[in-house]
Amino acid sequence: MIEHPHTKCEELLGSLSAYIDGDLNPELCRELEKHLAECDNCRVVLNTTKRTIDLVQTPLEKPDLPEEVRERLFKRLNLDRYLTPKPK
Amino acid sequence: MNKPTSDDISLEALVAGDPAEFARLVDVYSSAIYRLGLRMLGNPQDAEDVLQNTFLNALTHIQNFEGRSSLATWLYRIAANEALMLLRKKKPEVNLDELEGEDEAEDLHPTRFVDWSVLPEEELLSGEGKKALDAAVAQLPESLRLVFLLRDVEGLSIKETAEALNLTETNVKTRLLRARMALREQLSAYYSERLPARSEK
Repeated sequence: MIEHPHTKCEELLGSLSAYIDGDLNPELCRELEKHLAECDNCRVVLNTTKRTIDLVQTPLEKPDLPEEVRERLFKRLNLDRYLTPKPK
Repeated sequence: MNKPTSDDISLEALVAGDPAEFARLVDVYSSAIYRLGLRMLGNPQDAEDVLQNTFLNALTHIQNFEGRSSLATWLYRIAANEALMLLRKKKPEVNLDELEGEDEAEDLHPTRFVDWSVLPEEELLSGEGKKALDAAVAQLPESLRLVFLLRDVEGLSIKETAEALNLTETNVKTRLLRARMALREQLSAYYSERLPARSEK
C-alpha cells in the first residue's frame, strides 16, 4: 500500500527536532532524509526551524547584563567590594 | 582582564564560603539568568527580581551544594523556580505544570511553507525582524518557553534542561519540538507577508 504523503509528513515531523539535535536513531534518520529529498514542504519546515534556532543564539538576542543592574545585584548580595570594572 | 568562564570557578572555594569566588560566579552566570528572567516575565524590573532572588538563594544554599548536577544546571534550576514563582504571583490563571495532550502532536501541523531561511542574517535581525522574533518567543506558552530558552537559547543539553526543570527527558523533547514548531510557524507567518513583496522589487 502506498502511504499517503501527508501522513508521512505528519509522522516524520515528530522526529524533526531530534534530527536537528543529531539525536535521531540511524534508521529513522535515513527514513527522514529520504522523505526530505522528495518533499519540498518538509524541507522548508526543516530549514526554517533550523534558522529559527540559529537566530535566537546570535549575540544580538543574547545581550549582556546592563552595568547598573550588575551593580545593584552586587550591592544586594553584599559583594560591593568585589565589584571590579566589568570584565570584557 | 578577561571575562571569567565557568572553568575559572572553584567549587571548593564556593562551598567554603569565599565571597570573591561567589562574585566570580555571579559574573559568569548573571547575564544568562537575567536574560531568562526577561524572556519569562517580559519586563526589566521583574527580570531583575528573578536575578537578585536567584543569587540570594544560591548564596544561602551554596554550602549544601553536593555537585549532583553542574553548577550551571543548579543555578538555572533556582532561576527557573524564581521565575515560575513570580509568574504564578502575577498570572495565577496560567497553568505552568501541565500541558494538555502532552504526547500528542496535534498542534504540530505546519501551515506555512515559505522558505525565509535563505534571507541574510542582517535582514532577519534588522529592527523589524528582531521584533518579530522576540514577539514570537514571548507568545510561546510559559511551559514551552522555559524549555526552549534553556535548551535553544542558553544551550543546555536535553538532560540538563530536564534536571533544571524537574521534567523527564521525554517531556523536555516533546515540549522542545512544540516550542520550535510554534516559533517557526509564527516567523513563517511574518515572513510570508514580506517575501513576495521583496521578490517583486
